[in-house]
Amino acid sequence: MSTDHHEDRPQGLTRWLFTTNHKDIGTLYLWFSFTMAVVGGIMSLVIRSELWEPGLQIVEPGFFNQMTTLHGLIMVFGFVMPAFVGLANWQLPMMIGAPDMALPRMNNWSFWLLPPAATLLVLSLFAPGGAPGVGWTLYAPLSTRAGMGMDFVILSIHMLGISSILGSINIIATILNMRAPGMILMKMPMFVWSWLITAFLLLAAIPVLAGAVTMLLTDRHFGTSFFDAAGGGDPVLFQHIFWFFGHPEVYILVLPAFGVFSQIIPTFARKPLFGYTSMVFATATIAFLSFIVWAHHMYTVGMPMGGELFFMYATMLIAVPTGVKVFNWVSTMWQGSMTFETPMLWAIGGVFTFTMGGITGLMLSVTPADFQYHDTYFVVAHFHYTIIGGSVLAIFAAVYYWLPKWTGHMFSEPLGKTHFWLTLIGFNLTFFPQHFLGLAGMPRRIPDYALQFTGFNEVSTVGSFITIVAQLIFFYLVFKCIRGGKKATDQVWEDAEGLEWAVPSPAPYHTFATPPQVK
Amino acid sequence: MSISSLKSLRSVVVPMSAGWSLFLVGGLAHADYALNFQKPVTEIGREVYDLHMLVVWIITVIFVGVFGVMFYSLFKHRKSRGHKAATFHESTTVEVIWTVIPFIILLVMAIPSTATLIKMDNVSGSDMTVKITGYQWKWKYDYMDHDISFISTLSTPQDQIKNKAEKSENYLLEVDNELVLPVGKKIRFLVTAADVIHAWWVPQLALKKDAIPGFINEIWTKIDEPGTYRGQCAELCGKDHGFMPIVVRAVNEKDFTTWVKEQKAIKLAAVAAADKTWSKDELMQKGKKVYAQCAACHGATGKGVPGVFPPMEGSKIVAGPVAEHLNIVMNGKPNTAMAAYAAQLNDIDIAAVVTYERNAFGNDTGDVVQPADVKVLR
Ligand code: HEC
Ligand SMILES: [Cu+2]
Repeated sequence: MSTDHHEDRPQGLTRWLFTTNHKDIGTLYLWFSFTMAVVGGIMSLVIRSELWEPGLQIVEPGFFNQMTTLHGLIMVFGFVMPAFVGLANWQLPMMIGAPDMALPRMNNWSFWLLPPAATLLVLSLFAPGGAPGVGWTLYAPLSTRAGMGMDFVILSIHMLGISSILGSINIIATILNMRAPGMILMKMPMFVWSWLITAFLLLAAIPVLAGAVTMLLTDRHFGTSFFDAAGGGDPVLFQHIFWFFGHPEVYILVLPAFGVFSQIIPTFARKPLFGYTSMVFATATIAFLSFIVWAHHMYTVGMPMGGELFFMYATMLIAVPTGVKVFNWVSTMWQGSMTFETPMLWAIGGVFTFTMGGITGLMLSVTPADFQYHDTYFVVAHFHYTIIGGSVLAIFAAVYYWLPKWTGHMFSEPLGKTHFWLTLIGFNLTFFPQHFLGLAGMPRRIPDYALQFTGFNEVSTVGSFITIVAQLIFFYLVFKCIRGGKKATDQVWEDAEGLEWAVPSPAPYHTFATPPQVK
Repeated sequence: MSISSLKSLRSVVVPMSAGWSLFLVGGLAHADYALNFQKPVTEIGREVYDLHMLVVWIITVIFVGVFGVMFYSLFKHRKSRGHKAATFHESTTVEVIWTVIPFIILLVMAIPSTATLIKMDNVSGSDMTVKITGYQWKWKYDYMDHDISFISTLSTPQDQIKNKAEKSENYLLEVDNELVLPVGKKIRFLVTAADVIHAWWVPQLALKKDAIPGFINEIWTKIDEPGTYRGQCAELCGKDHGFMPIVVRAVNEKDFTTWVKEQKAIKLAAVAAADKTWSKDELMQKGKKVYAQCAACHGATGKGVPGVFPPMEGSKIVAGPVAEHLNIVMNGKPNTAMAAYAAQLNDIDIAAVVTYERNAFGNDTGDVVQPADVKVLR
């Protein structure tokens, strides 16, 4: 085997700077995303503290807008996306029996673009006038008039975008070329399938975002007027382009989560995944539909009725393949022999809360009713249920599922479970009341509100503090698990299936130097 | 799952489902912990409310169905109870069933939604038209058939916002000039904006439409009952997005006619006032009031916001020639937040605010600008 390689690998800082090893890079991605989650989380606490009661307490309205903008951008581009790429780096090669990613040097680049990009994003706070207070959606012409911080954000988005594109090319190349003999496409684990489809979504969507922000940049500095009606442009064009990226983006955030649920639930139900083939097709259908529903984010811009009807019907259709996935997970549990170790708790919690976000999505698809929900806290509740409830819970599920394989130690189950319950309770306390706030008429992105919204805002703020504090437990647990603990077996979980469980725990620096044979 | 985790599960699920059941039976919102839409006061509003409740019931049934099965399974099919795992992993029949049934449910939703949308879209046959223009951070209303126009801004005092005074009942949802409309008439709104995108939203009328610079959107309403209906800007439009409310006061036809007469009289008085020569004190007093609109950006003490909004204190333009000062106030500066105030303010207001800026915040040019000086520039 390749143990002699171990000796050559550089130590200390250079190991991490120059590494081309998929496991090292996966680790870098995961720690990076954890750091960004902390930064974005602190911003969310600033937001929730200001909203604790009516009146301006701790920040000015302009700074409040900067917080909501950066919170959104950091959580989407700095936390959730890199976390899934980190999981992909660690797991994809081990799950398909490959020795590494197909393009290891590019892999190093994709990661090392992220820290400077994130730094730029945060540095925009210190530009004259501060970070742009325009929302993560960067709508023109508010963004074309914003201060210099906006240019920081544009450059940062370009770098994040290049990183994502390189990363997805790498993932596609790895999955298509480096599978072990015998692993035909329709035998790939669902996590691999979801990532293959997600990577194509990224390839198609990210360049569109890059185009949108480039047009913003030229409108701001080079005299074009793409988005300025006075110069013959169209402010709504920005929204069309943004959401043509933005809607696939939400599936970029959630499809890998579906993959995680589909790995974990069968393991702890001790039963094969129900409807594997339909899961693959449902995922592909969702990906396709995600490109033809973008304008449901902009029902109120004044589209022709034909357009509004088309986007309403197309949006409703997404419920069908998404429903199939949920039904399949429940059927996998049905008649199983279930145990509830920490990863399973997170997966079940994730399916449950994601579905709540899914069904409020169905409400939002109905155009005449959406006129009422649009740009209110109802929408804020909806997308936090899908992104935290779906993606973030799945990220934790995945980390708990594979952590013993990475570190060679079992983590503390009581701590993991406490982390889960506190997060679930805190999260629901934060966001469930926001449905009611939105229905009763509270707009989103406001630093101060009318008196009748006080009660639920207080509940929401309490919930947000519980949620964030609970994450300290996670940090402690991971730290402890790296340092030591009960030795993990190679199999780790009694009934887990897949190639990653065939390698020793902890997974050696190089795995599958000779490809395994898949039957 | 241990006993303790079951308990904590209950501690979340019980209050949440209690909230949801209240929501299903409780109907419309009014209290402190309002759960649902405010009471609609138009036919379309009621249709939208019914549509909303239809979908809410559908998703509640789906939710209870799916998770009823899941929770049953979680309790029965567990290893600790000695349950042995089955081995089945596919069934074309059930897959087809749970693809087809959602389709049918979607049809049940799509048909009434389409019908309501078509009604909302029909702006023809209106009795009067009001043009709504969004500005950072106020609304302008032009009654196209009555030759009335005014600006409507937040009237909640800063002291309440800064927690220095007790908050009034309609905190943040009150304005200086309400949009007065007759009940029982089909009113068409033309919605646009002068700077960035805003959205005009009054929940009880079930109306929300983006106000987009350079574009005009059409919506309509027909209000059933007299009353005051409050809303807010719904599209992030910069710093004071949270502070540009909308207040609609619906009155019966007779009261509306009286109100129109009053407005005309006020306008005539203003025309007369614009022709006289104003004293510096009068202009400064008036200017201070008008400056409240500028203070959102340039600061109540004229210090601006560094890097974003220039200060008035010691500004070169304010200290320079009057013509240039008038020019930037009346015509604004394209592609910046500085709007063209010629369309928003009358001659007196502009003369007053310019006089004020030139003689406040330590600026002491001593210049006095008369309404007549503004008039010739129009
Ligand atoms: C929405 C924010 C906003 C409001 C409200 C606003 N301004 Fe401005 N104003 C600006 C900005 C931004 C500039 C700088 C434009 C530039 O030169 O880039 C400016 C520039 C000016 C200047 C020139 C200052 C200089 O030194 O260059 C004057 C004078 C002025 N505004 C007067 C007014 C008056 C009078 C009002 C109220 C009737 C007002 N502004 C309301 C944003 C605003
Ligand atoms: Cu606005």
